Amino acid sequence: MAVLLIAEHNNKALRPFTLNAATAASQIDTDVHAVVIGQNSADAVKQLSELPVIKKVLSVEAAHYENFTAENFAPVIVKLAENYSHIVCSANTFGKNLMPRIAAHLDTSQVSDIIKVISPDTFLRPIYAGNAFATIKSNDAKKCITIRPTSFDPCESTGGSAQIEKVDASDEFSNTKFIKREEIKSDRPELGTARIVVSGGRGMQSGDNFKLITEIADKLGAAIGASRAAVDAGYISNDHQVGQTGKVVVPDLYIAVGISGAIQHLAGMKESKVIVAINKDGEAPIFSVADYGLEADLFEALPQFMEELNKLNTIQK
Amino acid sequence: MKILVAVKRVIDYNVQIRVKEDGSGVVTDNVKMSTNPPDDNAIEEAVKIKEAGKATEVVAITVGEQKAQETVRKALAVGADRGIHVKVDGILEPLAVSKILQKVVDKEKPDLVFMGKQAIDDDCNQTGQMLSALLNWPQATFASKIDVKDNKLEVTREIDEGLETIEINVPAIVTCDLRLNEPRYASLPNIMKAKKKPIEEIAASDLGVDVSPRLEQLKVEEPPKRKAGIKVANVAELVQKLKNEAKVI
Repeated sequence: MAVLLIAEHNNKALRPFTLNAATAASQIDTDVHAVVIGQNSADAVKQLSELPVIKKVLSVEAAHYENFTAENFAPVIVKLAENYSHIVCSANTFGKNLMPRIAAHLDTSQVSDIIKVISPDTFLRPIYAGNAFATIKSNDAKKCITIRPTSFDPCESTGGSAQIEKVDASDEFSNTKFIKREEIKSDRPELGTARIVVSGGRGMQSGDNFKLITEIADKLGAAIGASRAAVDAGYISNDHQVGQTGKVVVPDLYIAVGISGAIQHLAGMKESKVIVAINKDGEAPIFSVADYGLEADLFEALPQFMEELNKLNTIQK
Repeated sequence: MKILVAVKRVIDYNVQIRVKEDGSGVVTDNVKMSTNPPDDNAIEEAVKIKEAGKATEVVAITVGEQKAQETVRKALAVGADRGIHVKVDGILEPLAVSKILQKVVDKEKPDLVFMGKQAIDDDCNQTGQMLSALLNWPQATFASKIDVKDNKLEVTREIDEGLETIEINVPAIVTCDLRLNEPRYASLPNIMKAKKKPIEEIAASDLGVDVSPRLEQLKVEEPPKRKAGIKVANVAELVQKLKNEAKVI
């Protein structure tokens, strides 16, 4: 039986991690179908049909799907599930919210946040904030899997022409009402997919001081991250949080500034290719994962860093 | 309004865990255990709602071995009224835990069930959503703000893109984010008082729930170690290394 991928989108376009989830799905079985549940989501449907790994696209439209409420989405997937061996989506807040609701309806034990497909029934996943890796075999007939997007490369986005099929909507769940979404708009790259991330921690001492980070991020074309301590202190909004309960990032370069390196922060960034730590406490745990450590006062180091960057003839973008 | 709060006993968040040499799991003997951190937020929120006069009773529940009762006792010390301990040996999958909680909800008939959004041991992030599916109740996951309004809750949720606000009718499930509140510490007199509060013990086997495992943990291993890095003397050296050695800028 085929694998069903639940596409994440904003009704206008696919969200980028859908491409990573499609790769993971195609490693389970080459026969991957994908479903878009939304409202006026024809563009996202078309985009999905162009992914070469997708063999068929299912489209479900209704007004009550506009805001991605799990209570409305789950019955659609549960009904479709009889034709599929695996249900797959990203382990971001969309998939984390939705997939267990589906799994419980199907009486399936979900395998969360996998980082590797070992075989169609066996998966590798981090536990204890990534301080151990568990190999898990699922014995359920139907498998519900969420994948860690940064552990899979995005699939090709053009060249495919999957058949598109309309599917009937399910009834509205009336006990949950969407009120509003406050998305923070930014011209910078998305934190989850950026090539470079510059993050600040409690050492920044104030939200104002984050401009030292912003300046460097702009120069490098980087996304801005933060530790939980910095978010809790109100220096920066929650969508910047990197860590066990925030976002997991795997950039080419991660620069941690004024971040001590709590276990839960390391969980979100220690797979980055190159890690730089700038901290005045030479004993800070962040140095244990850093390729390049600079023991210095960040309020002196960051302006110098900017100065040195300005001296360079070229900067990779 | 009656609030049931589920708490889990896990390895303390400050402990650097060790993987067992035989690959069968992580070392838990003689390791400091605590309440799963966001479960503390769940208890705190329930107690605050009761203190604001909007709830009449807070019941703390845990599912686990004998020692898991410590987490219920701690919840009683910070303001829960009574406790329930569903006793079970070994580790249950979230699906089994949610089926047990469903049975308890059927009996206790709470208006709200709170719990942490994720346990920091298995990092599954499933139980609350599964329980709401089994009960066909609304779910407000990753809650960082809760307003109780008559028979509705307005909940702000932490999502990848920022914040989302939803309104749910009770009965409902809320899974709590660490940012929801600042859990209080138990005072010594309250710890003493908590010892007298009742904890009902139920054997999981008496609930008639199939808790048999569906997943096999074949192996637990240490993640690959990073190569040791170097310390640079100054910012100029750092930038040169990033440019010419790591070639990332």
